[in-house]
Amino acid sequence: MSSSRGQASNGPPPNCQKVFIQRDYSDGTMVKFQTRFPTELGDRLDRPTFEYTINQLNNYFAEAERASCSTYCEGCLACLTGYLIYICTETHYEKCLRKVAKFVSEQNDRVYRPRGLLLTDPTTRGLRLIEISVLDRPAS
Amino acid sequence: MPMCCCCCCYTAALKWELFPGRNRFCCDGRVMMAPQTGVFYVTICLIAGTSGLFFAFDCPFLAEHITPAIPVIGCLLFIFVMSALFRTSFSDPGVIPRATPDEAAYIEKQIEVPNNGNSPTYRPPPRTKEVLVRGQPVKLKYCFTCKIFRPPRASHCSLCDNCVERFDHHCPWVGNCVGRRNYRYFYAFIVSLAFLCVFILACAVTHLIMLTKDNKPFVEAVRESPGSVVVSVICFFSVWSILGLAGFHTYLTTSNQTTNEDIKGSFTSKRGQESFNPYSQGNICGNCFYVLCGPAPPSLIDRRGVVTPEYRAEQKRVSEDCVITNNKVYGTVKVVQPQDRLPLV
Repeated sequence: MSSSRGQASNGPPPNCQKVFIQRDYSDGTMVKFQTRFPTELGDRLDRPTFEYTINQLNNYFAEAERASCSTYCEGCLACLTGYLIYICTETHYEKCLRKVAKFVSEQNDRVYRPRGLLLTDPTTRGLRLIEISVLDRPAS
Repeated sequence: MPMCCCCCCYTAALKWELFPGRNRFCCDGRVMMAPQTGVFYVTICLIAGTSGLFFAFDCPFLAEHITPAIPVIGCLLFIFVMSALFRTSFSDPGVIPRATPDEAAYIEKQIEVPNNGNSPTYRPPPRTKEVLVRGQPVKLKYCFTCKIFRPPRASHCSLCDNCVERFDHHCPWVGNCVGRRNYRYFYAFIVSLAFLCVFILACAVTHLIMLTKDNKPFVEAVRESPGSVVVSVICFFSVWSILGLAGFHTYLTTSNQTTNEDIKGSFTSKRGQESFNPYSQGNICGNCFYVLCGPAPPSLIDRRGVVTPEYRAEQKRVSEDCVITNNKVYGTVKVVQPQDRLPLV
């Protein structure tokens, strides 16, 4: 809870074109992003690469929000201890967010930055959307 | 701008200090509460006071004459109730951070309506977006304060001035909104408080009955243990509302609804249209487990994060073009929302 996350050092610059990938609510309120390819990125990125990134992110969030036996055990244990256990342990969800942050920075290094793009960790945008900045194109 | 109630020493500014909502922060951003916390202190005083009287007047007698387990059970219940209460009150209910200026501009562009501008009393139409959730159409409303389309089940709390995920209600008794992140603590608080209240009432009444057993007049018993009478009266009057609230929230949990949705009747069929709760897990057990023990969502406002110059500049841009967009001026959104008015405790 107290760990500071985000991209303090390498956030996107303010005055460049930004493409937003919105949430997909068709399966409920769990975090899932639309996989429709934005046309603005047509000249930079190919569709399979983009879809791989989004699908992978969706998989990480599905894993974080999956109602599995271990998360139920975690929740029940926390309840039995009067929720005092949360002071000293990290939840399953937070571990998954760490994986997301790692995946985003890896994708940035391997795929996005060489093509003049920058992917922003959706956690820093309140899990509302994925922001892709086109670094060398000014905002319209 | 958030209020600070205890000034701690720190070297760098943290993000809670620039938080745009009206919340009150304590302990350098670790504790987050609603702006008004007066009723919360009443709650604490009532629970702690009643329990204190119970431990002082009834426990020694009952431990001696019935079983020493009574003070132990009472103590465990009391600790659980207070821990759940503090968890509910001090944690982030699931605030959705406001849009960044770029995101707000993008959404504005999307929903811009052609202004037919003939009538002087032109008003922008309510900005909504309809999405299908498991085949059920759900309207997403645009929040003029947060500059986002509110996700399904979210609502804007006018007291705290934030959009809250899976908004249940703003509860002055716990001094916080009840939303996605603290509903399980709130439910644990209500249910354990119901148990504590019934337990204390039963013990205090037993104590008084045992004192009047040897044909002593009731006045004598009252003189011997005045605390028990006070405890019995407080518990007798509060137990009904607590039991009612616990029952109501148990019903909501089993059907995976929020108080907000129940009051608005979001899932009742109207005008012949078939309607169901698309968020339900399908059965009572599944709903209970998912709501109370499911994955614990993280706090999305990084309130202990360090403020970078870029972040400060962004916040400044947000507050500058906060009110005027499209040359129309919007005030803050006022939403009628449920508050539990049942006297708790």
